[in-house]
Amino acid sequence: MKVDLKAVEEASKTLYIQALKILPDDVKRGFDVLSENETHPTGQRILATMVENIAVAEETNNLLCQDTGIPIYNITIGRNVELDGFELKEAIRRGCMRATQEHPLRSSVVHPITRINEHTSGGRRVPVIGIDFSDRWEVMTIDMVPKGSGSENGSFLKMCIPAEGINGVKKFVVDKVLEAGGKVCPPTIVGVGVGGTSDLCTKIAKLAASRPIGSVCDDPEGAKLEEELSEAVNSLGIGAQGLGGNSTAFAVHVETAATHITMNPVAVNIMCNSARRARATFTPHGIEYGF
Amino acid sequence: MAHYEIDMPCSEADVRQLRVGDTVTLKGWLYGIRDATQIQMFDHGRTTRFDLSGHAVIHTAPNVKKVDVNETAPAGYAIVCVGTTTSMRMERFTQPLMRQEGVRIIIGKGGLGESSRDALHSLGGVYLAIVGGTAALETTWIEQIVDVDMDDLNPESLWKFRLKNFGPLLVAMDSHRESLYDEVKSNAEQNRVEALRRMGIDA
Repeated sequence: MKVDLKAVEEASKTLYIQALKILPDDVKRGFDVLSENETHPTGQRILATMVENIAVAEETNNLLCQDTGIPIYNITIGRNVELDGFELKEAIRRGCMRATQEHPLRSSVVHPITRINEHTSGGRRVPVIGIDFSDRWEVMTIDMVPKGSGSENGSFLKMCIPAEGINGVKKFVVDKVLEAGGKVCPPTIVGVGVGGTSDLCTKIAKLAASRPIGSVCDDPEGAKLEEELSEAVNSLGIGAQGLGGNSTAFAVHVETAATHITMNPVAVNIMCNSARRARATFTPHGIEYGF
Repeated sequence: MAHYEIDMPCSEADVRQLRVGDTVTLKGWLYGIRDATQIQMFDHGRTTRFDLSGHAVIHTAPNVKKVDVNETAPAGYAIVCVGTTTSMRMERFTQPLMRQEGVRIIIGKGGLGESSRDALHSLGGVYLAIVGGTAALETTWIEQIVDVDMDDLNPESLWKFRLKNFGPLLVAMDSHRESLYDEVKSNAEQNRVEALRRMGIDA
């Protein structure tokens, strides 16, 4: 399969706008589950407002949240897929810039030192483009995540040591969710990375935060941790928007990676209630959009 | 717990009557302000031509569309989407915003801290919580952008909005030193001990 890079540019534009306007079905179901179980009156009111907003965004064809985030594109290239890797990245950058200027969207991206906004949603190394490979035949996917800053500012890394054990990891997650409180726009998906190097640990924490609600870690040890930590963070009583109740998180998602004998790293990356993402799947039959 | 409709600008008595748990709908005018706006104003001494005295500000940087100046877009901007951002980053600006500019109401999400609670108490103000991530809905509460100042900071300009009915918003911090966030946090700290214990961990 030869990938048409003009189509990649168009898809990169479409995905950014679509992700900002339509929440995935698993997130909508996540709101239903929380609403059914919430007993705190303020929490109930807040969840109802969030559900109303999802409908208003679709009816008025508007953005769910004003924060257009930092645009992230994760590409997964299957087997027998032919493309020019450099041109692929350029096509994504152009698509992202066109979404910003043609819709238009607020460019939320600035130079880290001068704070100058180029009004393209881009700059040095942004949009963030991740590339990975899969064994699927003649398939390429683009997963787009507009990562909001309120929750991205709720990112934490601790290079625990082996003597702290898994309990040190669990305690760190609970304490960081408590510290973040309402600032990260709960209910959230709490992404947790366990193991790896410091950069891999934070990377898999973000992958965990970007996974569909209801998905389970494919490492059984990670899956056990997900259940335990989901129960723990929702028993804190932080609640929707940090105003009380048991809707602190849709779930805690965990991803794991092998680590060094002297290391025990843990990272937390949080996804806000506007848990936005969109996917384009390229096959020889065309492009399909979904989540 | 009562519901109030407040015409902007408002008086000190208007905000002193509000208690945490009450709800408020604002009418009239609202100003949008953000990190960069307040860094310019309070760290670099930049002044605004707007009189914010007795007014409400919302922590925001909206999505807008540049258009020709017309009746519905007197400042040359049409609204695309207006929501709110996390307030706590702007904690240190509450004092000067109230003391120097006379602001009475701050709208945002996630709450403000101790120095803001002191300012709301001593200077007479409230913090109203809006639901974060619900910008599509909030956009329907706004009529238009009527004016803009410090627009070189776009999107973190100082925006002036004309409102339809902006609310209901929850009084989350009042002028009587009450904060719903403090209450939740202190409960959560107690719940933390039990949550860790259930996992076999000493707090």
